[in-house]
Amino acid sequence: MAKKTIIVFSGEYDKLMAAFIIANGAAAMDDEVVLFFTFWGLNALRKPEATPSSVSATKSGLQRMFGRMMARGPERQALSKMNFVGVGQRLMKRVMRDENVMSLTELIDSAREQGVKIIACTMSMDVMGIRKEELIDDIEYAGVAAYLGEADESNVNLFI
Amino acid sequence: MSATVEELKTLQNTHVVDARGVSCPGPILAAKKQIGGVPVGNVMEILATDSGTLKDVPAWSKKMGHDYLGAFDEAGVIHLYLKKTK
Repeated sequence: MAKKTIIVFSGEYDKLMAAFIIANGAAAMDDEVVLFFTFWGLNALRKPEATPSSVSATKSGLQRMFGRMMARGPERQALSKMNFVGVGQRLMKRVMRDENVMSLTELIDSAREQGVKIIACTMSMDVMGIRKEELIDDIEYAGVAAYLGEADESNVNLFI
Repeated sequence: MSATVEELKTLQNTHVVDARGVSCPGPILAAKKQIGGVPVGNVMEILATDSGTLKDVPAWSKKMGHDYLGAFDEAGVIHLYLKKTK
């Protein structure tokens, strides 16, 4: 059994799909998979519902503004190309449904069922004003050393 | 190990995984999910319509240590066979 590590830096729907398709494939091939989420990638881990005011209250004004400007959850993330203010993203999702391609949400669920480990970078959470309460449950929190420790044991490492 | 199309067609009692209409990585996920229910030595038959499976299923079989036997296309459905070895 080998290990694969992927740094998920990007927050775009298509790039997130690429990361999760590779993660699912590797897990299906019995590999251990670690996804390290940092910066824009963290938005895919946010719960779609509005941030509770008790959580917002712990943020600075700038962090609150950041949090409101970024889309919450996988299905609201924009395409990296031809997004056209969201119209392109919806059209692509329709084609994906017609072609029986798994949605990003389904890919994330499948990856988690298969035991893919998700780590959120606490430093970028601080920078972007994202609190643990806003992210999906049962993930780990760590920094660069934890990622490097995982990458040392991995034979494929990607930055997406 | 590989078999001719005629030999593949004579295989009986295969464990059929229906991944028709499902796109990558669906067929591999389906194979992974169901291989546990296949007794060692038995043959798994994957039905697929995604032509990528012709490369993906052999690669998956090799990585998992199973014997890929071969594939054929019949009436737009790809039949892929592998023997569970462990």
